[in-house]
Amino acid sequence: MGNSEKRTGKTIVETKDLTKRYDRTTVVDHLNLRITENEVFGLLGPNGAGKTTTMLMLLGLTEPTEGHARIFGFDTTREPLKVKRITGYLPEKVGFYENMTARENLKFIAELNNISESESGPLIDQMLATVGLTEKADQAVGKFSRGMKQRLGIADVLVKRPKLAFLDEPTAGLDPDGIIQIIDLISKLPDTGTTVVFSSHRLYEVQRVCDSIGIMSKGKMVIQGSLDDLSRKALSEGRFKIEVEIEAPSPQLSGIIGRISGVRKVDAVGNTFHISADADLRSEIAKVIVQNNVPLIQMKIRDFSLDDVYMKYFHEGPEK
Amino acid sequence: MMTLLKKELVDYFTSVRFIILLVLTLLVTALALHAAYATIRTQDTSDFVFLNLFTCSEEALPQLLNLPTIIALFFMPFVGITLGFDAVNSERNNGTLSLLMAQPIYRDSIINAKFLASLFIVALTATISMLLISGIGLRMIGVPPSSEEFIRLFIYLISIIIYGAFWVGLSILFSVVFRWVGTSLMSALALWLFFGLFYIFMLAPMLANMISPLPDNATEAMQAANSLTSGTLLRLSPNYLFLEASTVLLLPLVRTLGVITTGAYNYMIPNPLSLGQSMLLVWPHLVVMISLTAVCFGVSYVMFMRQEIRS
Repeated sequence: MGNSEKRTGKTIVETKDLTKRYDRTTVVDHLNLRITENEVFGLLGPNGAGKTTTMLMLLGLTEPTEGHARIFGFDTTREPLKVKRITGYLPEKVGFYENMTARENLKFIAELNNISESESGPLIDQMLATVGLTEKADQAVGKFSRGMKQRLGIADVLVKRPKLAFLDEPTAGLDPDGIIQIIDLISKLPDTGTTVVFSSHRLYEVQRVCDSIGIMSKGKMVIQGSLDDLSRKALSEGRFKIEVEIEAPSPQLSGIIGRISGVRKVDAVGNTFHISADADLRSEIAKVIVQNNVPLIQMKIRDFSLDDVYMKYFHEGPEK
Repeated sequence: MMTLLKKELVDYFTSVRFIILLVLTLLVTALALHAAYATIRTQDTSDFVFLNLFTCSEEALPQLLNLPTIIALFFMPFVGITLGFDAVNSERNNGTLSLLMAQPIYRDSIINAKFLASLFIVALTATISMLLISGIGLRMIGVPPSSEEFIRLFIYLISIIIYGAFWVGLSILFSVVFRWVGTSLMSALALWLFFGLFYIFMLAPMLANMISPLPDNATEAMQAANSLTSGTLLRLSPNYLFLEASTVLLLPLVRTLGVITTGAYNYMIPNPLSLGQSMLLVWPHLVVMISLTAVCFGVSYVMFMRQEIRS
């Protein structure tokens, strides 16, 4: 889980009714988004939800059909160069000049950003070390694996020292080791003063690294907020799910468990009680069951998952 | 933009395609020198000996194999297409276009840098060829160029660069229009073959004969009409346009590009045209070539500026 305490509360990304249409298809539909400084913001949604188009509009790479977006106060349509100076972008399909080495690729990007050679040399070394590619620095990128290219992509984003980095599906196509490395890298970015907007449809990655999320579906923002807030909203029945398997469940016992402080809901399915609770109440529940002389077979607890939040909002549609 | 231009040039100079172009340039140069070596001493020319180095063709070889024709029909279209056919779509397919666009640079500087770098290579190959022919040819014939020959050769070099720029512009246009490199290459090659061969040698004469027929007992007026129609139609081909301009620039004895009746021909004094008069003849050709280049590049530019970056 991300570090909510890092957030300063200063809004650096703000959109108002941001809309993008291609012919008659609305890809992004009146999006109102706010992202605060030094957080990792996860943009979630299924394929075709409008995540990439939103990022491209925020970067000033594509013009909105309606509405506007501001990054650090700069209008992305009217001041795209100012926006690009302070933002970095890792596209889903990251590309490099494959005949050039990793160092040469980074040097080229540094030159495009008017970073002097004396400054870019040590910076490139530092970035290559950060992404663990120091030993491969002088190898042609054409020989790199997909994971190495993704890591180089992050170095590429960081070499211009952006205030805001957009990472579009940075773990797509990576093996589990590669995913862990990239996620670790991303989670450290806010420490260096870089706010991250991270798009993915892999919920467990987002849950691990993001401070707050926005869920998009069919071009609309279904819900947006910190993970804790969203989980509380989504799981109004209680954050913890406790499953209790006993030998002889009865409505009377269900009622007694339901009266325990913090228990929101008790459902009996066969020999199992499905209990929603605000806290880990396993000891209290076990005590009640034993006091009622009912043999307890097993008890399981599950903390909330982003899956729950996602499934709830994705299926139920936009928040009213 | 200088960073992008520098990178494009470095890419060209370190690529296999540049080596191929260089080899081809040397081959074209060698062919011109070989033809000059074989024929120039036997030719009865007292004026513009140096220019003959660039126009000689060996008798044993087909007339197509002289320098202006090779450059017009084969060499420059090949160079232009080679340099531009994958300029934009390869960046898009490799995912580097979005990488570039995310940097604080103007979007048009990408396509401008590509065009300028290609133009530089066109100019370089043309200049190398001209200098080699001039240098080795000078040693071969021992006659230095007159100032007029020098100026004519310089203008010819400029016209080659303009002609090359047209093919670069056209192939860049295809690289913007078509997403796949193979498609843009095939389209450019198809257009080259059409205008360079089929149109000049088959379609234009056929159309001319249809518009202005030439019966067996054709009068001089009918022949003139046919010739005029043919010339007009042929000039729709950029290859022919350049070939005609080259002929006028390199052969000062060519006095007109229109139709000359037998009667008029008998009264013509067989003097070479002055440079100024030759320029008057080729000026429209050069303007049309510049315009065609501007149109191709302009359309590429506008389309590129309006295209979605998404890879």
